[in-house]
Parts: sequence; structure tokens; C-alpha cells
Amino acid sequence: MNEFLIAIHRDLKSKDASPSPEQMQASIKPFQEWIGKLIAEDRLVSPYRRWDGVGRVVKKSAVTDGPYAEIKESLGGLFVVRAKDYDEAVEIAKGCPILEWGATVEVRMALVSA
Amino acid sequence: MEDQTLLPHLFRTEYRNIVSVLCYLFGIQHIEIAEDLVSDTFLSATELWSLQGVPDNPRAWLYAVAKNKTKNYLKRNSLFENRLSKEITYSADKSEEMEIDLSEKNIADSQLAMIFTICNPCNAPEAQIALALNLLCGFGGQEIADAFLTNKEVIYKRINRAKEKLKEANIKIEQPTVAEINDRLETVLKTLYLLFSEGYYSTSQDTPLRKDLCSEAMRLTILLIENKATNKPAANALLALMCFHASRFEARTNEKGEAILYEDQDQTLWNKELIETGKAYLNRASTGDELTKYHLEAGIAYWHTQKEDTAEKWENILSLYNSLLILEYSPIAALNRTFALSKAHGKKVAILEAEKLKLTDNPFYFSLLGNLYSELDNEKAIQHFETALRLTNSAGDKLTLTKNIQRLKEAKAVNNKPA
Repeated sequence: MNEFLIAIHRDLKSKDASPSPEQMQASIKPFQEWIGKLIAEDRLVSPYRRWDGVGRVVKKSAVTDGPYAEIKESLGGLFVVRAKDYDEAVEIAKGCPILEWGATVEVRMALVSA
Repeated sequence: MEDQTLLPHLFRTEYRNIVSVLCYLFGIQHIEIAEDLVSDTFLSATELWSLQGVPDNPRAWLYAVAKNKTKNYLKRNSLFENRLSKEITYSADKSEEMEIDLSEKNIADSQLAMIFTICNPCNAPEAQIALALNLLCGFGGQEIADAFLTNKEVIYKRINRAKEKLKEANIKIEQPTVAEINDRLETVLKTLYLLFSEGYYSTSQDTPLRKDLCSEAMRLTILLIENKATNKPAANALLALMCFHASRFEARTNEKGEAILYEDQDQTLWNKELIETGKAYLNRASTGDELTKYHLEAGIAYWHTQKEDTAEKWENILSLYNSLLILEYSPIAALNRTFALSKAHGKKVAILEAEKLKLTDNPFYFSLLGNLYSELDNEKAIQHFETALRLTNSAGDKLTLTKNIQRLKEAKAVNNKPA
């Protein structure tokens, strides 16, 4: 088993990209179901946690309020799962219901320390 | 009350009260002295009451005798001078006037302080539970041994070791400060939850004893709720959970003490009053922004008090299990989630997810798979039930599994009969 970083990127900045309260409400349940399923399968490496949508961006010259948005999308969710290989990890990522709302999910394999 | 039952009854309710008050006064280092004094009081009661008859107010008699014995002990012994006089503002020569306060309020305060001491995480959970049963619930060694399905010696050793640990760690018997409560309440609630579960899920077939464990866990939780400082949403949620479960107590075993499955229970035996009480506590738990596993489990238990299978019921249970898993993974929550999934979205969807759980050393995993495959593929269902049967140690579960296998085999025989 390998460990993979699952990073959900979505547009947290522009107004028209923010979901309406109804959309938010509607997205909670499928997301919970997806996470619940991954936890039930014991896929999560560490307990699930939520991250705020604010953050700070640190550069050599300054610390600015987040989220980091020089590209359109910022980090919206982050966790580490167990999977055999990239194929399996991608299968897991494809289940992310936030994809429906325009998010991108990035998958990265953790390297085993030598 | 009959004389023969009066004394055991008083022992159960008053032993713990007086012990708590004395421990609260003496501190954990002198816990045995407190216990000896109270045992001695009951010994006197046994002797005198059989000769002279039961006094008009037996409880007042016990309190008066316990007070006198304590005062005499303190007078004779250096305990008072060496230790207590420093902490209590009375001086040694005034020991006769020392107030041993057995008022209802001080008994409740002392028990509350004792709960926090006994549920200290310096002891393992099973030691905390044994100690709680002994000191807070007035259970004897034999009763505790019966509940844990072990022998008295094991329990005595466990209790004594636990007391030594508390002394070594010098745990104070005191009301927790407001700042400490949230932190410490969590471990207390956990122990009370386990105490209740010990009664509710115990493999012991001694039904009255199991009921006693559950009602003691509920009594102690109520004690927390009656105190303003510890009346937190989580405590209310825990009590709601206990009420909902306990409402099915009469319906869940037959006269032989064997388990009756939820689907087969006689709903008229469910205690509606407890269900309503549970709802009231769940409402009170729904304040503040803290969502604990007790809230979620109470929510699940609430939906189980609605016997009818509706889409709403199982959607809600599924979503509560999802939240429970997000809060804290446990194999049993993963299995129950998958069962709820089958009720909400059908067996086929659930089988796909169940087979990914891979809890292959867990008998419940295979009985879940057996249930899911029943009617879809009885051959596979039988195989899974048989695997579960090999893995389980519980006599009750063995019985249920054997019945399931038999039922499926009979169905097969009927289907295979030539037309």
C-alpha cells in the first residue's frame, strides 16, 4: 500500500464561483457520504479534518491573507489516503462529489523515505 | 419492604452515599478507612436489627451510627491530627463537634467528586468500571465478577490495584473547576458510556443484573446533569442515548435471557416513557456548537425507536453514521454504516462497499455479508454465516447465526423440490 495526497482545488475567490447556500447544503451530504465511505474502508491515513477557507500566504517579502489565489483555484480540502497504486488512488479521487461543482482534485503519491 | 430485602437494598443505596461523603472528607489515601467504617456500620445494623427489630427510620439510624463510628475513630486515631486537621479548620480537641455532613446536597456533591476521581485515566477503562461499580454503585465483588463473567478474586485484585494507582498518583477527590470540566468530563462520560454498554451488551444472561448496570450508569449521568457545572450538551446526549437503548430492554431478551433481534421485537414492550424522556434530553443536548459522538449515537438510537422502515429513517441513520465515522473510525461503525446503506440504497450497492471493508477477523463483518447476500445469493450467504459462526465466541450470536443458516438451507430445500 502507498499513501497518496488528495488535494481538492476549487475557486474560493471569485463571486460567481461561490455556491449558493442551497448548493452548499446539497453538496454536504454527498461529500459526507464519500468521506464516510473512505473512512469505513479504512482508506484515510490520519483522521479526517476540515480546513478553513481563509489561510495566510507567506512569501519572503510579506505575509498576505489567503487563500493563495494567483492561479484561479485554491486549496479547498486535503487528506491522505491509502491505495495500491495511482490507478486505485485516482478511482478514489473520481468519487469526490465536489468535482460536480467544478473542483479539480490533485493526486500525489508519497515517496517512501530511503 | 420486607426485612430480608430491606438491608440489601439499603446497602446498595446507602453504602455508596456514606463512603462517598467520608472519602470526600478524608481524601483518597484513606479510602479503606472510609470503607471499613461503613462496612462496620452495616455489620452493626445486621446484628442489632435482627435482635431489636428495624428502627423507624433505618436510613437515619445508619447515618447516625456511621457518624458516631467515624467520630470515635478520629478521636482514637492520629489520622485526624496528622492529616485532616491541616485541611479541615477544626482542631483535634474539637473533633466531637466535627460535622459529618450526610445531607442530600453533600451526598450528591461527594458522589460527583468521586465520579471524577474514579474516572481518572490513570486507570484502564475496565478498572475504572470495576471501581465505579464498587464505590459509586455499591456492587459487591461477586456481582461485578458476574457482570464481567470472571471470578471474584480477579475483580478484587483489579479494584485494589486501581485504588493503589489513584493513591500513587495522589488524585484528589474534589469538584472539578469550571476550567477543568470540559477536559475531564470527556473521560467521565466515556466510563459511564462503557458502564452502560457493559450492562446492555454483556454476554451475561443474568438479566436483572444487566438492568442494574444500565440503570446505575443512567443514575450517575443524571447526577452530572443535575449539577449546573457538569450539565453539558454531551452529558445530555449520552443520557438520551441511554434512554433510547434502555427503552427496548424488556423487548430484547426472552424469558431464558436469549437475545431477540430488533426486527423480531414486540414493539408494545418498548418503553414509551423512556423514549419521550430521551427525546427531551436530546433536545437539551442540541445547544451550543459541540457535536460529540454521543449526539450522533443518540440520533441513531432515536431513529431506531421508530420501528417502521421509511426512506427518511435510513437516510438519516446513514448520514449519522457517516458523521460518526468522520469523527472517529471504528470497525463497528463502518459495519453499521454499510447496513444502513443497504436499507437506504439497496443490498447490491451495500455489497460492493461491504466487500471493500476487509474486516476479515471480525465475525460481524461476515454476518453482515451473510445478511446482505440473503435472498440475492443464498449459497454465498450461508458461507458467510458459517465463517461468522467460526469466528464468534458469543453464545447468543452463535444461536442467531445457526438459525439463519438453517432458515436459508430450508429455503434451498423447498426451491430444489421437483415440481
